[in-house]
Amino acid sequence: MLRLAERTTEPERRTGASPSDRAGEPPLVFTVKERGAYRLHALDEPALAMGLEPGMALADARARLPDLRAVPHDAEAEGRFIERLADLCDRFTPMVAIALPEGLVLDIEGCVHLFGGEVALARDAVRLMRTQGLRVRSARAGTPEAALALARLENINPPPTGGGRPLPQAVVEGYPPSTLATPLRQRKALPPALAGEKRKRALTETERLHRLPLLALRVDVDVRHALRRAGFVTIGDLAPLPAAPLAARFGASLVDALGRLLGRIDSRITPRRLPAPIRTERRFAEPVAHVETVMAVLGELLAQACETLAERHQGGRRFAARLYRSDGATRDLAVETGQPVRDPAVVLRLFEERIEALSDPLDPGFGFDIVRLSVPIAEGRSDPQARLDGDPARDADLAALLDRLSVRAGAQRYRRLVPRDTHIPERATRLARVSEADPPPWETAVADEPPLRPLTLLDPPERIEVMAQVPDGPPRQFRWRGSVHRIARQEGPERIAPEWWRRRDGYSTNPGFTRDYYRVEDEAGRRYWVFRLGLYERETEQPDWYVHGLFA
Amino acid sequence: MLESSRLHPAVTRGFAGAVAPPVADMRPLGMDAIDRVLGGGLLPGRLHEIFARERADEASATGLAVMFALALTSPSVPVLWLREESAQRKAGLYGPGLMDLGIDPARLILGVLPDPKALLRAAVDALRCCALGVVILELGGNPPVLDLTASRRLGLAAESSGVTPLLLRLRDARPMPSAAQTRWDVAGAPSAPLAADAPGHAALNLSLLRQRGGPAGFDWTVEWDRDAVCFRPAALPGARLPVSGGGYAPPGGADDGAGAQDWRIAV
Repeated sequence: MLRLAERTTEPERRTGASPSDRAGEPPLVFTVKERGAYRLHALDEPALAMGLEPGMALADARARLPDLRAVPHDAEAEGRFIERLADLCDRFTPMVAIALPEGLVLDIEGCVHLFGGEVALARDAVRLMRTQGLRVRSARAGTPEAALALARLENINPPPTGGGRPLPQAVVEGYPPSTLATPLRQRKALPPALAGEKRKRALTETERLHRLPLLALRVDVDVRHALRRAGFVTIGDLAPLPAAPLAARFGASLVDALGRLLGRIDSRITPRRLPAPIRTERRFAEPVAHVETVMAVLGELLAQACETLAERHQGGRRFAARLYRSDGATRDLAVETGQPVRDPAVVLRLFEERIEALSDPLDPGFGFDIVRLSVPIAEGRSDPQARLDGDPARDADLAALLDRLSVRAGAQRYRRLVPRDTHIPERATRLARVSEADPPPWETAVADEPPLRPLTLLDPPERIEVMAQVPDGPPRQFRWRGSVHRIARQEGPERIAPEWWRRRDGYSTNPGFTRDYYRVEDEAGRRYWVFRLGLYERETEQPDWYVHGLFA
Repeated sequence: MLESSRLHPAVTRGFAGAVAPPVADMRPLGMDAIDRVLGGGLLPGRLHEIFARERADEASATGLAVMFALALTSPSVPVLWLREESAQRKAGLYGPGLMDLGIDPARLILGVLPDPKALLRAAVDALRCCALGVVILELGGNPPVLDLTASRRLGLAAESSGVTPLLLRLRDARPMPSAAQTRWDVAGAPSAPLAADAPGHAALNLSLLRQRGGPAGFDWTVEWDRDAVCFRPAALPGARLPVSGGGYAPPGGADDGAGAQDWRIAV
């Protein structure tokens, strides 16, 4: 069994820039918070060249390099990225496992011939990773542990000849080789003697493994310490020793790890299991020219697909049907739902709506040969749970109604009002998707207060001509849409300052005008929300007035 | 059944043969005077029409639709509000203001449709969905698609599910024959002033223009009590009525009485 391990470097991928783009920029490091202090987690090559090391405190690193760029490490994003890389590697073999940190293990047994041999496959895989802007180290070996160890550690430390050079502290102390850049730097320091030796004779896999440092063993740091204290430096030192005394002195885990590394114990990867995409189709012996028949078949396919969804405890968010006409034309129909659904009747009804809403009707021509249905987007669907503020049946009914209405008019036409945390009135209401989860609650009105905010808000506010006794006083009368309103009652001003911190240039140059809002009622009993834009004399000489909202 | 004689016989038959709706309990509006005339309150599952008396009263009419929706439903039931795109572009519904009238905007689903036809079609579908409490249809002017047939369709869909359609007619809409259970005309009314002459609670002047199978032609001036979710007689407008020949001086000062000739009488 041959396995291939790949490693990626992370700083590049997260900045999304290739190294050449970043020439001249300060070194980049990724930090994690450990015991209250920020420590370097991963470094780019310039940072390593400056002598920084993973595990170092950020403060120390900054003391050396004041212009260091530090970015918090985002483990979740990294996980997603590796998932994506694993998706890419699916083209070589279905058996892809993620080996954290930053490794992929591909079980290529049985699929090598498709790619022209192991070497060619490995080269393809490496090239594929490079197209993603990554630096890659790859290795092929008989066991996953051996492949990973070779990919991570081979040629990083010179094999000790005689006494051997002490290993760099960072590596020995078991800082995860997550920081691949470390190996890269070390590789440059490869002594020419070794390179020459390599050219002379290709090493066997066992020999290569024997040259690896103890770090290749997946054992506790304590065990590695003990080994080093006992004088062991490489795997080769341990390999010929009998297992029983090793187990007695260093624990069974060492023997086990050694066995897995050297292929003495069978070891397997746990590949990712991707659910197969849901796709059903029906081929007809004779082309079908009736749309009704097609819909009936679509209903059957939906029932099958929904059964599969139910087995997976999922619901479909998007259903796509493709109708193949006998003359070669195809017609795509797709419906989306706000909530994951797996009720065939509901989805079929959406398809019927979809067909009804088509601008050009479904033309069967000489008939359809194939109807294919797929569920491109499926999500986990928990069984309806009782909520305190509503009953599930009603929610389901409502979701179904909205799906139906959305299919016809477009989902963007149905919205929910969601509050936004701001003082600026026109920004306080946001139109959100109906399916948006957990919108923040609205602030409840104070008991016995009259409405302080208008029912409708004009967008944009409409300019009015106002008569006031004093320029910065309350309005007495205003003209709006051609008629004069004499104000009988008013309350104000409610002063709303601009959110200058949202401006690009901040407060300094132009903080924007302050608004003074008044609630006014004219003599006919209509209530308005008007404001004066700009503070008289302090911000403007001629403040303009606007009506912004209407009260019930 | 005022219009039934003018209908196509098939429609009349269909109407006469329709199963009597489950007479749900009336939803009282809280003011005895109104509830007596309505025979107990608003009837859910029937079409109710609201007209703005003038362009300037549109916010009051919108407010009345919110108040009716509140009176018709229990607090957690969703309300679908269908508007035309042109209306939404000019003036959006404002969440804090809705909250101030007592309706939690989280209950509200706003549908913005391109034209009256799409709006009516969506409304008929929505009215068949029992999950909703009220569907507010906001329509401007007198769109040709909103004819008697359309309103009957709304009414029938509503009767089958118990969802109440509120037809909010704005922008110079004129009453036309319709299948509405009640038809209201609404204007803003001076509110009872608070301290320092601040505008008070929402006050409306309601006219019941028409009620199927019941008396109509009444006027009330009401104030909306958000906390109790009901109407109450407006506290002060009576005092602001011009009393012919009377020596009454409005509290707001001499200049307030001048334009008050067209106050309606509160009953």
